[in-house]
Amino acid sequence: MLELDNVSKISNGEAHISDVSLRLESGSLNVLLGPTLSGKTSLMRIMAGLDRPTRGRVLSDGRDVTGEAVQKRNVAMVYQQFINYPAMTVYENIASPLRIAGADKATIEREVARASDLLRLGPYLQRTPLNLSGGQQQRTALARAIVKKAGLVLLDEPLANLDYKLREELRAELPKIFSESGAIFVYATTEPSEALLLGGRTATLSQGRITQFGPTVEVFRDPVDLITAQTFSDPPMNLLSMQKSQGRFVKSGLRDIPVPAALMHLEDGPCTLGFRPHNLSLNPGAGTTPISARVMVTEITGSESYVHLVHDDQRWVMLTMGIHDIEADAMLDVHLDTRHLLVFDRNGRTVRARPAGA
Amino acid sequence: MARIDLDHIRHAYLPNPTREEDYALREVHHSWEDGGAYALLGPSGCGKTTLLNIISGLLTPSEGRILFDGADVTGLQPEERNIAQVFQFPVVYDTMTVADNLAFPLRNRGMAEAAVQARVAEVLEMIDLTGIAHRKARGLTADLKQKISLGRGLVRADVNAILFDEPLTVIDPHMKWQLRSQLKLLHRSFGHTMVYVTHDQTEALTFADKVVVMYEGEIVQIGTPQELFERPSHTFVGYFIGSPGMNVLPVSLDGARAQLGSQSIVLPGAPGPTGGKRTELGIRPEYVQFGSEGMPVSIRAVEDIGRHKIVRAMIEGHELAVVLEEDKSVPTDPHVTFDPAGINIYADDWRVKLGD
Repeated sequence: MLELDNVSKISNGEAHISDVSLRLESGSLNVLLGPTLSGKTSLMRIMAGLDRPTRGRVLSDGRDVTGEAVQKRNVAMVYQQFINYPAMTVYENIASPLRIAGADKATIEREVARASDLLRLGPYLQRTPLNLSGGQQQRTALARAIVKKAGLVLLDEPLANLDYKLREELRAELPKIFSESGAIFVYATTEPSEALLLGGRTATLSQGRITQFGPTVEVFRDPVDLITAQTFSDPPMNLLSMQKSQGRFVKSGLRDIPVPAALMHLEDGPCTLGFRPHNLSLNPGAGTTPISARVMVTEITGSESYVHLVHDDQRWVMLTMGIHDIEADAMLDVHLDTRHLLVFDRNGRTVRARPAGA
Repeated sequence: MARIDLDHIRHAYLPNPTREEDYALREVHHSWEDGGAYALLGPSGCGKTTLLNIISGLLTPSEGRILFDGADVTGLQPEERNIAQVFQFPVVYDTMTVADNLAFPLRNRGMAEAAVQARVAEVLEMIDLTGIAHRKARGLTADLKQKISLGRGLVRADVNAILFDEPLTVIDPHMKWQLRSQLKLLHRSFGHTMVYVTHDQTEALTFADKVVVMYEGEIVQIGTPQELFERPSHTFVGYFIGSPGMNVLPVSLDGARAQLGSQSIVLPGAPGPTGGKRTELGIRPEYVQFGSEGMPVSIRAVEDIGRHKIVRAMIEGHELAVVLEEDKSVPTDPHVTFDPAGINIYADDWRVKLGD
């Protein structure tokens, strides 16, 4: 288990990491999700022992390793930029951590064969990295991380420079590959969809702080606050500032929205409503409420359409099934599925649902 | 703005190409409409960048000609082709203000200053940079710098074409949504011919009127997003477009029926003769429905990815992906049916037309 205990990192008077506490279990897959400069890489460097935190402790299986250099720790790291030894063959690249560790010939052969099988590098073992595609180069770097049998594997946006489809494949394979190893697996990404596809547990980061840490789908569905909800939405979360007044959300010039029964306990006053693009649709259904919005532009993905809307000076996106090429500037009635409505109080905290009558 | 004709173009990076495989770009022969928005989509190494470089003039094709509005430009340098280009990484003049960066290509061509100001103001407004028009570019974030590059690409109204080479790579996911929709709006209002290279299907499908799918140096399909989704002409298109991609299952054909293991599937029409080639049935995960009747499947895994679930099932010994809505769950004793509207038949990877 790796534990960060109230860790902060300050350089040149600027806080890169603020009061982060995290417990990562052995054999777990953990996603760090946040935009560029939210602290993902800084946090990983502290976990690896590349940087020393300004405050707080790092514990590995209960042992304080805060000041311990990376060389002494059993850590593997893969970066967004593929890093390989250019003069060595793929085989030698993968074998290098084993050679450094003094493994015997048979072990090296066996481990390289296993890792190259997993990452489908078999046909390229005798080539040098620069004669490979980006995807193959990154798979070489990943294979090297696998043979190292590190207790902690840190992957910093490892698929960001790869083709969309290759990412889809590796994303599905990576958790399987690493779960066999029993290592703690930490994966940094800016993309909510990538976190959801990886599963495991997700920590959302904003300005050097962890805003929530829990099972990935739970953080997605039940974010604790507005900033977490926004960090975990792509397309961006649609927002609406209103006043709660008894059983209605109201704002002058806008249609009222009924308050869902489970949120009735929220006190009257200003609040923010948030919902994701797929919770808006062109057709009414059970539990929907109509809203008028102006159409900016429509994008069609094949099976679905993204309709960009403007409502009360806010930009929204609606994701709707089927092909709809709606004329720009048209006023449109869209229907909000209130079952998945998130409501944030004046401090940006999510209002917890309460069963009716409770 | 111009129509672009690609006239029997082939390109090899080797000096003496002899075999098909020697060509990075195999025969391309197409005409692209004036004012169209085209996306070149494919994995790395498919030839899309080679084709873009041939259009921009960075590369002279080994064979064939390229024409803008009927005029042969094959031998012309990029600067002689009257095109605008936006690259993967921002190219801005750090010491100039945002507005001067946009004005640069116009002033270079001697446009009157009043017209320059008016045009720059219009583009700044459209890409939402009016607020920082008079700031120096130095010190701005990569996102904002790339917006400046996009603005400069769009500022000239009289270019033959605007070429984009993965322009949103450095942009954060949230900003991507805004920029993409703005590009689309700009295309609608200015009517430029645009060619946009990307490996990201969402970017390609949402940006383009026509998506050009490339695979191993060949164009395998040019179509609207809807055509690529509903009628992929090659199994590669079925795989590459959509997440997850199309399910491709080996079948034998018998009139208007396909036999998948012990299951017989009624087709929307009878395929023509396929000449005893390898035949497959393609069905997208979105067109597979769960129910208590139909073909039995076993469930390997259910991936909850937020707005929907991806169910990994097995049918007659083959993998089958199914998309399930957010609030639905997998039935016990699951069976599936295939929506006939989503069934395509392939012979040696190419789509076969179905009769009535």
